[in-house]
Amino acid sequence: MTTATHDHDHDHDHHGPAKGITRWLYTTNHKDIGTMYLWFSFAMFLLGGTFAMVIRAELFQPGLQLVSPEFFNQMTTMHGLVMVFGAVMPAFVGLANWMIPMMIGAPDMALPRMNNLSFWILPFAFALLVSTLFMEGGGPNFGWTFYAPLSTTYAPPSTTYFIFAVHIMGASSIMGAINIVATILNMRAPGMTMMKMPLFVWTWLITSYLLIAVMPVLAGVVTMMLFDIHFATSFFDAAGGGSPILFQHLFWFFGHPEVYIMILPAFGIVSAIIPAFARKPLFGYSSMVYATASIAFLSFIVWGHHMFTVGIPFLGQAFFMWSTMLIAVPTGVKVFNWVTTMFRGSMTFETPMLFALAFVVLFTIGGFSGLMLAVAPVDFQYHDTYFVVAHFHYVLVPGAVFSIMAAVYYWLPKWSGRMYNETMGKVHFWLSFVGVNILFFPQHFLGLAGMPRRIPDYALQFTNFNMISSVGGFLFGLSQLLFLYIVVHTVVAGKKAPAKPWDGAEGLEWTVDSPAPYHTFSTPPKIN
Amino acid sequence: MQRKLLRGSLALPALLIGSWAQAGWQLNMPRGVTDISHQVYDLHMLTLWVCVVIGVLVFGVMFYSMYKHRKSKGAVSADFHESTKVELAWTLIPAAVIFGIGVKATYVLADMYNVDDAEMTVEVVGYQWRWRYRYLSDDPDTEVTFFSNMATDWDEINNLVDKNPNYLLDVDEPMVLPTGTKVRFILTSADVIHSWWVPALAVKKDAVPGIANEAWTIINEPGTYRGQCTELCGKDHGFMPVVVEAVTPEEFDAWLAVKQDEARQMAELTGRDWSMAELMERGQSVYNTSCASCHQVDGSGNAPTFPALRGSDYVRGDIDDVIDIILNGKRGSMMPAFRDQLSEVDTAAVTTYIRNAWGNNVGDMVTPVDILDIKAGQ
Repeated sequence: MTTATHDHDHDHDHHGPAKGITRWLYTTNHKDIGTMYLWFSFAMFLLGGTFAMVIRAELFQPGLQLVSPEFFNQMTTMHGLVMVFGAVMPAFVGLANWMIPMMIGAPDMALPRMNNLSFWILPFAFALLVSTLFMEGGGPNFGWTFYAPLSTTYAPPSTTYFIFAVHIMGASSIMGAINIVATILNMRAPGMTMMKMPLFVWTWLITSYLLIAVMPVLAGVVTMMLFDIHFATSFFDAAGGGSPILFQHLFWFFGHPEVYIMILPAFGIVSAIIPAFARKPLFGYSSMVYATASIAFLSFIVWGHHMFTVGIPFLGQAFFMWSTMLIAVPTGVKVFNWVTTMFRGSMTFETPMLFALAFVVLFTIGGFSGLMLAVAPVDFQYHDTYFVVAHFHYVLVPGAVFSIMAAVYYWLPKWSGRMYNETMGKVHFWLSFVGVNILFFPQHFLGLAGMPRRIPDYALQFTNFNMISSVGGFLFGLSQLLFLYIVVHTVVAGKKAPAKPWDGAEGLEWTVDSPAPYHTFSTPPKIN
Repeated sequence: MQRKLLRGSLALPALLIGSWAQAGWQLNMPRGVTDISHQVYDLHMLTLWVCVVIGVLVFGVMFYSMYKHRKSKGAVSADFHESTKVELAWTLIPAAVIFGIGVKATYVLADMYNVDDAEMTVEVVGYQWRWRYRYLSDDPDTEVTFFSNMATDWDEINNLVDKNPNYLLDVDEPMVLPTGTKVRFILTSADVIHSWWVPALAVKKDAVPGIANEAWTIINEPGTYRGQCTELCGKDHGFMPVVVEAVTPEEFDAWLAVKQDEARQMAELTGRDWSMAELMERGQSVYNTSCASCHQVDGSGNAPTFPALRGSDYVRGDIDDVIDIILNGKRGSMMPAFRDQLSEVDTAAVTTYIRNAWGNNVGDMVTPVDILDIKAGQ
């Protein structure tokens, strides 16, 4: 706002943003880029959510009512791709952009121009991906895991566009990750030692290494698909000497770390919010750091548990079972630490805390089903059923997505300088909480009773729980429009927020004004 | 109007109770009918209860804190934030619990992988979107092979008629197996990856092109056990059920003898003379089972992926081209190769049918022996 008066004085005044669209196109400011990432991810969240609504509407009752099986498969595929690569990952990158420099006392990200590039290629990637829905033969219809040869020899012609879209998303993620590593390792304020960093910074540092390690594998595997489709290679074609199983090994070597990429930053967020509203320091800070690192390491050696039914030999099967079960140990440490942080605290339950508490309970439920899935002989019964769908939606929706919502409510006063309406925030929370459980809990029962995933129609005994699940889905979906309203209302007309709206909050971000000035920490803060 | 509403509101709970009775509310995994499925079920329940106990403890402490240690109740926060002893305890105790589950699971897993001493072998081949079962035998003349297609009428799926109780889980010909016999399965696929699953047997194994997977079962009780394909395999992934019918060994032998007889008759059928009317009649039923889900019952197709056959210049053109595309499929399209899926009789019948049905009226026909010659020549 103050910049308007200084507008003519460009050489002199570096403190304000440019005006109009160029502010957003050319910006190298971590706050602007963070904001764009967050709005982009929310748009993708609504788009991916719309696809999910189509799925739930079709599954409301047995029989085909609304869409054809071909289109249904495109919906499940696009829902997964858009939510994973368009909603959850960019949201975390947005939070990293906004918060990491402010948390470590840095003036900006280490590589600001690359920061701009890594955001601005994303809209093109998703435009390319979504445009396939309007092409002849339809969009990708082989699931977000795009197993060959369904995604190569038997794929629609639009698959080539899908491959290039994934390439671009991967490039964006790798650039984002390099930027975060460079920022954290080089730009900490004097005195901000590694073991003083907020856990959100730690979890993102580890996440970045995961990204740098596995996104090239994803790029490799889609390139091999490209060659199989257009250049007569046979990486994944058994008839030419290749193997469809090779595809799955490569994909899940990327895919398993990928699921931790979507949850580790959530751990960081919850580790900031719970102490703030329990008014008590986080229990076991260093064990949290080590647990995160252990989970990240284990994520590289468990990929085979996605492939228990493909026929890996007994020893391989046993290895992947044991290594997967091991993950429960560091994950358990985290949950125990959060609970102990609350124990004998002085708790209040504002919206960010409500989302964080729901995260702890519902993520843990997702962890429990994860432990059950790890037991290989039993996994034969769970594999590719709705039990798996329930499992990963529990860790991703009331897990990752709830943590992002908690983060938005927690830091929105800092970003916008305005306070959201607490009553509306709580209404949003309760609608989401009730909706998400009605949506996903019955899917455990469906899976155990034998309903396979990715089917457009089902046998009659699955009717009741599918109906209930769909009702929960519509409730959860509609509640997110309220979220949009709350955020817009806050930004436009919220009450002015103080520099530190939460009395128990800790961290450098609360030492600057609300809204955070366009440039913060141009001179490094003092850390004691 | 009010009376209607009242009746409606009374009918709703009745409906729910009614569907309860029809087991529409099944919450848990079925225990199954094999020793392995029982072990799997026990392991499932063990892990579930371990999770429940841990959940009650952890959430118990959490809810206690949320109730007791809230600011509105005047709680003042303590300051402790570290304890190596506690951290060590809640690392080691869960590790020990997991170790216990892991050991038990490893034994069950080893059992599942032991396919030794099988008394018979059935080959399972996945196709888009049907299963082919072959009962291996040392004597190739007595080898029984057949396809198992979903038997649910598309009118039921499209909500034109009422759905029968086994909606989507019925096949035209189930896999028949003897009880009390160790049966080995060899699984592979002719096109994309499928997965063969029968929950009551706790057998699920992927059918992967180019790879032969193994699994086994010993069924304890006679009965009909239903499952589905569980690996996304394209458009009709949701419409390829698996049905296993377990019968006593005596009944099985009788069934096998009949099937072997049918195989011999089929060979005779191929050799005999066929009239146009016979081919058209058989062709229509083959078409409705194998072709109609894409090309539609009336041959109108579903452009652009599934071209219309009615009025198609290609279908009405050179008969050898038509037979070639049916036998070998069309690369780069969704059209699969039906070489192994259709017998010579069925190939001849369906070719004749599509060239003459729906006003295509080419007027020619092809015999099973012609098809046999074409196949031999390729």
